[in-house]
Amino acid sequence: MSDRDIRPSPEALLKQAARDSGRGRLKIFLGAAPGVGKTYEMLASAQARRREGTDIVVGLVETHGRAETAALLEGLQVLPRRRVEYRGNTLEEMDLDALLARRPALALVDELAHSNAPGSRHPKRYMDVDELLEAGIDVWTTLNIQHVESLNDVVAHITRIRVRETVPDGVLDRADEIEVIDLTPDDLMQRLREGKVYVAQTASRALGHYFSPGNLTALRELALRRTAQRVDAQLLDHMQAHAISGPWPAGDRVLVAISGGGNAAALVRYGRRAGERLRAPWTALHVETASRAELSEAARSSVTDALRLAERLGGEAVTIPGHDVAGDILSFARERNFSHLVIGKPALRGVFTWLRGSITTALIARAGDISVHVVGSSERKPARAPAGPAVLTQPARAWPYLASTGCVAAAVLLGLALQQVLTASNISLVFLTAVLIAAASFGLWPSLYACLGSVLAYNFFFLPPVYTFTIADPENVVALFFFLIAALIASNLAAGMRAQALAARGRAGTTEELYRFSRKLAGILDMDDLLWATAYQVATMLKVRVVLLLPQGKANGESGGEGIAVRAGYPPEDELDAADLAAAAWCWKNNREAGRGADTLPGAPRLFLPLRTGSGSVGVLGINREGGAADAVRPLLAPDQRRLLDALADQAAVAIERINLAADVDRTRLLAETERLRSALLTSISHDLRTPLAAILGAASGLESYHALLDEAGRRDLLATIRDEAERLNRFVGNLLDMTRLESGALAPRLEAADLGEMVGAALARAGRVLADHRVEIDLAPDLPLLKIDPVLFEQVLFNLLDNAAKYAPEGSTVTLRAWHETGPGTAGQGRGRLVRLQVIDEGPGLPEDALELVFDKFRRIPGGDRQRAGTGLGLAICRGFVEAMGGSVVAANRRDRSGAVFTVTLPVQPADDAVPAEHEAAAPPP
Amino acid sequence: MTGQSVLIVDDEPPIRRLLRTSLGAQGYRTLEAATAADALARIAADRPDVVILDLGLPDRDGLDVIRAVRASNTVPIVVLTSREAEQAKVAALDLGADDYVTKPFGMDELMARLRTALRHRLAQDGAAATFRSGDLEVDLVRRYVRARGAEIKLSPREWDILTLMVAHAGRVLTHRFILGRLWSAGGDVQQLRVYVRQIRQKIEADPERPRHILTETGVGYRLAEQETLP
Repeated sequence: MSDRDIRPSPEALLKQAARDSGRGRLKIFLGAAPGVGKTYEMLASAQARRREGTDIVVGLVETHGRAETAALLEGLQVLPRRRVEYRGNTLEEMDLDALLARRPALALVDELAHSNAPGSRHPKRYMDVDELLEAGIDVWTTLNIQHVESLNDVVAHITRIRVRETVPDGVLDRADEIEVIDLTPDDLMQRLREGKVYVAQTASRALGHYFSPGNLTALRELALRRTAQRVDAQLLDHMQAHAISGPWPAGDRVLVAISGGGNAAALVRYGRRAGERLRAPWTALHVETASRAELSEAARSSVTDALRLAERLGGEAVTIPGHDVAGDILSFARERNFSHLVIGKPALRGVFTWLRGSITTALIARAGDISVHVVGSSERKPARAPAGPAVLTQPARAWPYLASTGCVAAAVLLGLALQQVLTASNISLVFLTAVLIAAASFGLWPSLYACLGSVLAYNFFFLPPVYTFTIADPENVVALFFFLIAALIASNLAAGMRAQALAARGRAGTTEELYRFSRKLAGILDMDDLLWATAYQVATMLKVRVVLLLPQGKANGESGGEGIAVRAGYPPEDELDAADLAAAAWCWKNNREAGRGADTLPGAPRLFLPLRTGSGSVGVLGINREGGAADAVRPLLAPDQRRLLDALADQAAVAIERINLAADVDRTRLLAETERLRSALLTSISHDLRTPLAAILGAASGLESYHALLDEAGRRDLLATIRDEAERLNRFVGNLLDMTRLESGALAPRLEAADLGEMVGAALARAGRVLADHRVEIDLAPDLPLLKIDPVLFEQVLFNLLDNAAKYAPEGSTVTLRAWHETGPGTAGQGRGRLVRLQVIDEGPGLPEDALELVFDKFRRIPGGDRQRAGTGLGLAICRGFVEAMGGSVVAANRRDRSGAVFTVTLPVQPADDAVPAEHEAAAPPP
Repeated sequence: MTGQSVLIVDDEPPIRRLLRTSLGAQGYRTLEAATAADALARIAADRPDVVILDLGLPDRDGLDVIRAVRASNTVPIVVLTSREAEQAKVAALDLGADDYVTKPFGMDELMARLRTALRHRLAQDGAAATFRSGDLEVDLVRRYVRARGAEIKLSPREWDILTLMVAHAGRVLTHRFILGRLWSAGGDVQQLRVYVRQIRQKIEADPERPRHILTETGVGYRLAEQETLP
């Protein structure tokens, strides 16, 4: 290696930083086989740490009834286990939530590879451990080497027992410490004979074989080698982080090419080991060709599984579209600088492989400087997934074959018609045309069928002796043979082209659909419309049931408001069951998929995906499919459907974020508007308070300073100013207080039977000075009944109306107060019944027609700022508040006969009070 | 009394009545206007000697009135405002108002401002050679400053600032006005504050509680006259 760059590599520093951050530290006690004493060692170390004062909690430890191990639990807090009912059995599992809540410094969790009972949050215990680490809790755990994913098939080879419970290599790699509990095979055998090794009953059959010295030696070697490898990797990290230049490998990269064959998983595991050995990053690649898009469901799921396995093992998984598999693999490898290529030995040999040319051969021939590893498959073909008939080959449809027969028949007829013109050998061209038409229209198999039919028909009808299947002329045998070859090749090519065209059309359709969707989303401004459109689109494109969940508004968010709730669904759906809700909530919180088919909460009926954008997630998308529980085993979506879903989800997420941002902008604008109003209000109040104060202060200080200069009239004038303005100030403060009472809901009218005339008199007396420059006319009907009102509030209403009239009507004009009694349709809430109406009519300029309702708004003068007369702006708002509190209504209108405003107060007459004879007191005359 | 005429522009009748009574008692002739349009018409027709102008008028902003008046007229304007905002005051002064009084006001204060405004109008051409206020004496001809009986040495820039204040004694000078007069370019308020502090150190008995150069927070400075000494 020529490049001796001694700067610390960023990746190494990142890894270091991740380790130093808040995440808990993981220590794995690794054993070669059961019985080497991992749990014992873990507990013994824990006891030592406990004595040092570390806060340790035993999340779960299996002592398998051994006294010496159990003794080591002495003094450690052991968390009670969670009981799970499953198919009539009670299973005990670690109580993850209790452990998270307890938050010890260090948690002991035995048997990392354990699978949790169905219905648990995570299907695997190592995921529980991951969550503990994520929460900042250190974890010690135990693991046997046979459970390590990448060694799984090697161990199965050695012991002939395949363990189903595996732990991804990544977990081992991310562990901060690994301690190998090493025991020589002889010692282990000894312990086994002494009965010191617990072995599950079910495994006892295989025991004799498993615990053979040869196996144990091999397993021990695996454990030690795996750990050594890790030590090596750690050393490398350290050297890179600290910029110690050393001979680390110069960019080897391993590419694993997988197809739908049964050995895809083994290939991936091999690739992983090769990558480990070379200390090279590795990638699993699948080339999806047009013809391969028609792979069987089983083959496709095998590819998907292999790609997923690659990701679990810490590799990269890539799918690219292509047509020339070998060429595409090699150009991908060259582009991305891969130095090693791992491929499988072709499983099938036959005429088609020979015809197409083996991909393996092509790869080796064209690989150039890339090393090609061809891996044989020793694995038995995996038993066909017991998934029922749906995954078997597609049912053959009959009509393409019928149509192909038609093509051949047409060729026969045409041939017979042309027989006079063409020689027999040239008529073969007619049949070739028929074969090509069948290939282009119906695909490979019908075309092969047409090919065969053509050969027979050609022979039967045109090659002498005609109407027999025998051929007389050897020349014709050769011709027929070449015709067959030409027809085969042509039909193969045409069928391939058709398949590609079909795939391209499918992709183009999908792309166009996506494009239409994104255009549609761009035009939507309303969140509910958007969610509905998204749900509908996903549901129709993928044939699934869809729900969309969004975070709830903080306003009604209970417990911190981080919950999410269903906002849309197609078909419409509001309710999710508890398992779905839990999965959705987990998905939202952790920003990772959860639910059916995912790693977390796979028991939920739905699969939930976070809707992610560059700046975080905006919601959760849940899907499921109609169908019974039997379906639950199969993955919800094929890989291409999954990609489509991801594309749709991405578009939806961006659109949702856009609408959220728009809403934020609106909120900000509203806030600014509120702010502007508030400052206008402050200006207004300050003006209303200060104007009388200014007059009072000015008059008082004028009296004080210039008393001698003022004549008697001047002095009285100033004193009158002080008194009038103090009264005005008092009214304004009173209004403010009334308004506050109304706004705070502290207003409780004390309703009592009161006489209108009496109250008009009181209000006029109070408004005497205000109305000093106006004429007042009173017109009260004689038959007014007693009203059930609060006299104090009502007097204030009357006063405010009179004050308002005095303020806007010119001096010297007439203010009229009328009241009468009628039977009307009733006011709000009162139904039909008798009413009393009271009007205050002035001769002012009247109100703008569009402001008739607005005048009752608080601080209606706001547009005018402080340029209008003081003391207005609250009075009418208070009128309306008071009247409505007493069950009545008040409206404003303009006079019809001349300019001027009319304020009408309508009050209901309580039926009970009808009986009481109305007193007809004359209204007090204006002073 | 001189019988000088004062135009009272305010839309609030109580304020107009109060000013009418108080100014009348002091011998001023009073004119009244309730709107901006009315005020402009009165100023053009009656040529008052001084205008008391409320900034909050029903038809137009008082600032518009100042702008309109200053386009053709140098009549002193004392602004009456209930606005706390310093910007409004500064805007009014920058547009050419002579002074301002914030509502609610004491009658003494308003009268003092009025007199200052009137005097400056009279004395625009022949400024007095000597300024005396309390223990401060500034001789503009012989160029010396005396405070508390002792002669004070000022730097040229300090002298310029003080003489500018003397020329407008009793009136508020906005920061911008002072900077515009004395700094050809690039002066800022911070610099001005430093100079004013230095002048105060020299002429004030207690620079922390100045009696001569008064700060109008957010607006500018005012050189107190004998009669306006706090």
